[in-house]
Amino acid sequence: MNQPVYTDNDPQNELVTLNLGPTHPATHGVFQNVIQLDGERIVSGVSTIGYIHRAFEKIAEHRPFYQITPLTDRLNYCSSPINNMGWHMTVEKLLGIEMPKRVDYLRVIIMELARISDHIICNTIIAQDTGATTTFLYLFQFREHIYEIYEEICGARLTTNVGRIGGFERDFNEIAFAKINKFLKEFPVALREFESLLNRNRIFIDRTAKVAAVSAEQALDYGWTGPLLRSAGVDYDVRVSDPYSSYGDFDFEVPVGTSGDIYDRYLVRNEEMWQSVRLIEQALEKIKHEPAGIFHADVPEFYLPAKEEVYNNMEALIYHFKIVMGEIDAPKAEVYHSVEGGNGELGFYLINDGGRTPYRLHFRRPSFINYQMFAPMSKGMLLSDAIINMSSMNIIAGELDA
Amino acid sequence: MAEVTNQELIQQLTEKFGGKIIGITEPYGLLTFETTKDVIIDVLAFLKQNTLASFNFLTDITAVHYPEKKHGIAVVYHLHSMVNRIRVRVKVFIDEHHPEIPTATPLWNAANWMERETYDLFGVKFEGHPDLRRILNMDDLGVHPMLKQYPLEDPNRVDKKDEYFGR
Repeated sequence: MNQPVYTDNDPQNELVTLNLGPTHPATHGVFQNVIQLDGERIVSGVSTIGYIHRAFEKIAEHRPFYQITPLTDRLNYCSSPINNMGWHMTVEKLLGIEMPKRVDYLRVIIMELARISDHIICNTIIAQDTGATTTFLYLFQFREHIYEIYEEICGARLTTNVGRIGGFERDFNEIAFAKINKFLKEFPVALREFESLLNRNRIFIDRTAKVAAVSAEQALDYGWTGPLLRSAGVDYDVRVSDPYSSYGDFDFEVPVGTSGDIYDRYLVRNEEMWQSVRLIEQALEKIKHEPAGIFHADVPEFYLPAKEEVYNNMEALIYHFKIVMGEIDAPKAEVYHSVEGGNGELGFYLINDGGRTPYRLHFRRPSFINYQMFAPMSKGMLLSDAIINMSSMNIIAGELDA
Repeated sequence: MAEVTNQELIQQLTEKFGGKIIGITEPYGLLTFETTKDVIIDVLAFLKQNTLASFNFLTDITAVHYPEKKHGIAVVYHLHSMVNRIRVRVKVFIDEHHPEIPTATPLWNAANWMERETYDLFGVKFEGHPDLRRILNMDDLGVHPMLKQYPLEDPNRVDKKDEYFGR
C-alpha cells in the first residue's frame, strides 16, 4: 500500500483520533478501540477490553461444580451448549465417568446445532456489514429454529444451562426430534441459497477477498484457533485432534482455507455448517441403534437426581444433598480439557483440592486470545475493512471479558 | 508422525536441564513438570524448537495462588504440539511477595494478553513485557483480585458467609 508522504507542517499531516466503541452499532458487542486515522486509513489502534468482566473465575472458586454450568453459558452466549458440554466433560474427566454412547450422540447433536447457530451469526453479520442485509435476515431465522430446539430440550433459549454432570437432565422428547428433523430438511436449502447469494457475489468478494489476510505462521504465533486458524491453512480441530464425546465415531471433514482472509473465513464457516449438518444426521442415525431412553450415565453419586426422586427416595435425597453442598468425592487432581467451541479451542483448566468448590478454574477463551491480533493487524487497513475484519473474527464480548 | 511418549520427553528434558526439571507427574496423561524461573524461557524455547515434538503452539498462560506455600504463586503454561497431538504443562512457583518472572512474548505474540491477564488477576510481573497493564479490570483497582486473600462477597454482609458456601 502506498502511504502518502507529508511534510512536517502540512495540515494534512494531522491524524484523527476516533473512539470506536465501547458501544457502537458496527462492532456488535462491547468493544472499544481507540484508533488513529489518517483519512480513512488506520495508523494505529489500541483495544480496551473488560467492559463486561464479571469475574467468573473468582465466582467459580466459590461454587460447587454443578453451579458453574450457568457461568459457562455466559462466555460465548452464541453457542452456550458447547460451553456447557465442555464444562460437564471436564468434570467427568476429573471424576473418570464414561458416558453411554447415546448420551455422547445427543451431546454431539446439541453441540453441532450450537456450532451452526454460532456460524450463522458470524457469517450473516459479515454479510450485513458488507451491505447484504437480505442474506442476514434470510439465514438468521434458522437461528430462531435452533433456539426452538433448545427450548424443547432444556426450556431455555440463549443461556441454555443444558445437561448435567453425568448426562442430560431429561431425554430429548418427540417434539425435539421432530424439530431437529425439520431443521435438517429446511436448513440446507436456505444455506445453499445463502451461499448462492454471496459466494460468487462480486461486491462481497471485493469487500472480503485479500482483506486482513493472515499467514499460518502469524496465526499460530498469535494463538489463533478455530475457523480463523483453519482459514489460514492449519487443519487443527479439537474434535479431530483430541476426539471427545464420540467425535471419533463420526465421518466428517475439516475444511481449511489458504490465505486467512475474510473471504476464506467465511467459506470455512459455511463449509463447517455443512459438516455439522452431516454430523447431526449421522448422530440421529446412530441413536436408532442405541437402547432408547438412556440420557445419563449410571453414576448416582455425581448425577443430580430428578426432584421427584429426591422427595420419594432416600438414596436420591442423600446424593442430592451431597451434590448441592459440593461434597462429592472428587479426586484431588488437576485437569485440562478442551472442546472445539464456535470460535476456537475452549479450554477448561480445573484444579480440585478436595474442597466443595474448585480450587482454581481457568477458562481458555478463544475470543480473548484471537482478539489480541485485531489492533496490530488493523494498521494500514481502511476503517471499513477493519469493521468487517472484526465481524469476521467472531469475537463474542462475553467470552472476551469472562 | 511417530508417536512421542511422555517418557521420551522427560528423558530429553532432564538430559538438557538436569535438576531444574522437578515434580514430574502425568495427571490424566498430560505431562506436567515444574521448573525454575531462571530457566523457564530456555525450557519454553527448547520445547518450542524441540526435535521430538515441536510444541510450537502456546495454548494458555495462567497462574494459581497457594497462600500456604513458600513460593505461593504458580505460573502455569500449557503448550501444544499440534503435529504430534501432545500437550505439556509447565509450572513455575515464584515468591508471592516478589512475583517476577521473565516474559514469554519473545517466543509467542499470543503470550502478550495472557500475561497481561495474569498480571491483572494475580499481580505477576512479567519482566520485559512490552505493555504490562491491567486488561480486564480498571487501572486504579489497586488489588489483584484472584489472590486468595480477597473474598468474593462483601465482608460486611452477615447473611452470606463464605464458610456456608464452600470456601
